[in-house]
Amino acid sequence: MTDASLALAAPHPREGPLRRRLAIVARTVFPFAVVGAIWEAIAHAGIFPIKLFPPLETIAVTFVRLTLSGILPHHTLDTLVRLSLGFAIAAVFGVGVGLAMGRSRRVEDYLLPLVSILAPIPGLAYTPLFLLWFGPGNPSAVLLVGFVSSFAVIYNTWTGVKAVKEIWLRSAQAMGANDRRVFRQVILPGALPYILTGLRLGLAQAWRILVAVEMLASVPWGLGWMIFGARQFLDTDVMLAGVVVIAAIGLALEKLVFQRLEHLTVVRWGMIAG
Amino acid sequence: MTAAIDNVGTGRAGADRSAKDRAGTGRALSLRRAAVALAAAAIAYQAVAWGGLFPAVLFPGIPVIATTLWGMIRDGTMEMHAAFTLYRVLVGFVLAILVGLPLGVMMARFRPVENFFLPLVSALMPIPSFSLVPLFMLWFGIGNLTTILIVLYAATFPILFNTWSGVRAVNPLWLRAAGAMGADEKALFWKVIIPGASPLIITGLRQGFLRSWIAVIGAEMIAASQWGLGWVIFDAEQFLNTNIMMASVVVIGVIGFVFERLVFGSIERATVSRWGMVRLERR
Amino acid sequence: MPHIELREVSLEYDTPGGRVSAVENVDLAVEQSEFLCLVGPSGCGKTTLLNLIAGFLTPSRGEIRIGGQAISGLGFDRGVVFQDFAQLFPWRTALGNVAFGLEMKGVGWREREEIALRHLELVGLAKFARAYPHHLSGGMQQRVAIARALAYNPAVLLMDEPFAALDALTRDEMQRLVAEVWRETGKTVIYVTHNVAEAVYLADRVIVMTAHPGRVKREMAIAIKRPRDPLSLEFVDYQKRLLYELGQRTGQEEAEETAEIRRIGTTGRTRG
Repeated sequence: MTDASLALAAPHPREGPLRRRLAIVARTVFPFAVVGAIWEAIAHAGIFPIKLFPPLETIAVTFVRLTLSGILPHHTLDTLVRLSLGFAIAAVFGVGVGLAMGRSRRVEDYLLPLVSILAPIPGLAYTPLFLLWFGPGNPSAVLLVGFVSSFAVIYNTWTGVKAVKEIWLRSAQAMGANDRRVFRQVILPGALPYILTGLRLGLAQAWRILVAVEMLASVPWGLGWMIFGARQFLDTDVMLAGVVVIAAIGLALEKLVFQRLEHLTVVRWGMIAG
Repeated sequence: MTAAIDNVGTGRAGADRSAKDRAGTGRALSLRRAAVALAAAAIAYQAVAWGGLFPAVLFPGIPVIATTLWGMIRDGTMEMHAAFTLYRVLVGFVLAILVGLPLGVMMARFRPVENFFLPLVSALMPIPSFSLVPLFMLWFGIGNLTTILIVLYAATFPILFNTWSGVRAVNPLWLRAAGAMGADEKALFWKVIIPGASPLIITGLRQGFLRSWIAVIGAEMIAASQWGLGWVIFDAEQFLNTNIMMASVVVIGVIGFVFERLVFGSIERATVSRWGMVRLERR
Repeated sequence: MPHIELREVSLEYDTPGGRVSAVENVDLAVEQSEFLCLVGPSGCGKTTLLNLIAGFLTPSRGEIRIGGQAISGLGFDRGVVFQDFAQLFPWRTALGNVAFGLEMKGVGWREREEIALRHLELVGLAKFARAYPHHLSGGMQQRVAIARALAYNPAVLLMDEPFAALDALTRDEMQRLVAEVWRETGKTVIYVTHNVAEAVYLADRVIVMTAHPGRVKREMAIAIKRPRDPLSLEFVDYQKRLLYELGQRTGQEEAEETAEIRRIGTTGRTRG
């Protein structure tokens, strides 16, 4: 039976690989074409003022204009730098604290209550405090992003170390591994799926909050700031061009950075399904 | 014959009990350390406040925050802010459930629906909801509508995505067993697919609410007027009313905690963890 | 008239490598209240045959009749027990699981509970009626699954290696339980297994199947008085004869198997 159902689920043998690939592309493009057509229809129907609901061609022209003039790349670069710095803080701090909590009962007992009290508070609520303490601009923005996204990293790293199987530790010790080796050769790789999950969630959170932080922290450049600033001049096309870039970066972070990293490590080890 | 197997059962229960006892003494130690940690954190904070490292206006002590909070609760402003925020978040969240849950189920059950929506979902999901705030402000103005729509946007995707994965992950054996016992499509849906997918559906609701809660605070900071916990924090910043900010942060944390632990936690305990479908982690 | 009748039943399906015959020209007649075991090597199509009778699969050719009527799809006249413990619904108590089929039939809840409880009693689990599956051991879960398959009173019970994942001691107990339940209820049972001793212990008649394509190779009636003693000479003799049937392979089968091993060797992995 298993054989039969597997075979039934297998792709149709007669379609060639090229045709199949084309079909997949068409299937992916189709929904966007439908949504695009609806957008165009609404934009040209004049239900809303064209300034507030620009057609796709206007957005495309704006996108090209901003890109060529270097404005959009500058905003994007600043946003990416802030994201990397903030996320680097979260990764280093989060993995460190998480490992310490997972390894030592004492550290866990002391830090867990603090983490569980601070974690559920939406990080944005701290924004004005950070602005007051560290002044408006980059330091506040980066620190805030790092602070907020570290909780997911801490929590998952901690869970990961706790989830390392006792039997792995015992067999490594039986084979003569000392504490340091057990940590490096067993605990770290054993907890890696969780750590990666934590980093992934942390990066996603950093990304979600960074845009808002850029709007609130009065930084000089950045996609969030660009979108927010465009509001004053009713430049909806600029906003939407910014949103497109934001979506592309978000998608790239997910697909290129983390999925690849996972395939290189934990998927290859068969610890999670690919 | 039954006795032999039952003995195994009680034997296991016995082992559980002794493990629980051991955990009990450990738990007392953990609680003591937790109390120590919280007290230490409070003292450290208070010491910084008194130490004069920051101006007192920027770093109010705990008594000041408590007094401010109490004052705002007594004159009813804090309740009003909380009520506005809760109204926005709950309306947005419920709308997100109404969109995300059925769409997630349909995507998992019907191939064409999945083919159409999955690319759109994958493209829209990584857009942070905040990046739409300025746009929504232009389209829908400042106030409830914009905030509710931002919450809707933030909460829909986790709910939709998890429902979709959950329904797809329903054990085919359950469907077969139910089919063999004569379940029709309707019974399959309500009595097998929905409970079978419930661990991930609940995860989705949980994540969705968490995102909603963040989104509503952020959206209120940027696009609300007069009322709301996010708005009051941002408004207070302009007048350096750090005590009001801190009091609001406390309220935001408490409400978030109540929903996360008490509401979703008890839903989870009453369903999926009682059924052994997820293991409750120690927190 | 036999209770279950298969006439020249075949099942073929398409794979990227071409058409494969899973079951070929199976003729089978099972009498009312007969206990029939299907044995054979893995991949011989015994589970596929069971799925055809259950109605999960539709034969490419041929006809399956139960009580003189050709079947199409699933029906209340058959109860199925699978090998996997996960077949129970984790969100329902033991009682809720057993009552599921009755609920689908539209039986009122009071009656439902009463019938379900009676069937839990039959498998010796009445006091675990309110327990959720994850609190039960593997053997207990399979007993609940048997009670569940019997509760809505199907005439036929189909069992697919229900005890293969249990330890040997528990399995012995479960076999005794099944023999007892069968004697009390008088169901027609079709039972798939790869365990020869299990087949000799339980069956009135054993069907030996061969692989690639799945065919009936031999039938053997087990003429031992019940309850059977697995240590008796005649029991061991039947076991030997069945093992001999299973061990004997045709030249073509052997050639196919070698080819299969080569294929697996070169692609590096298989899925089970």
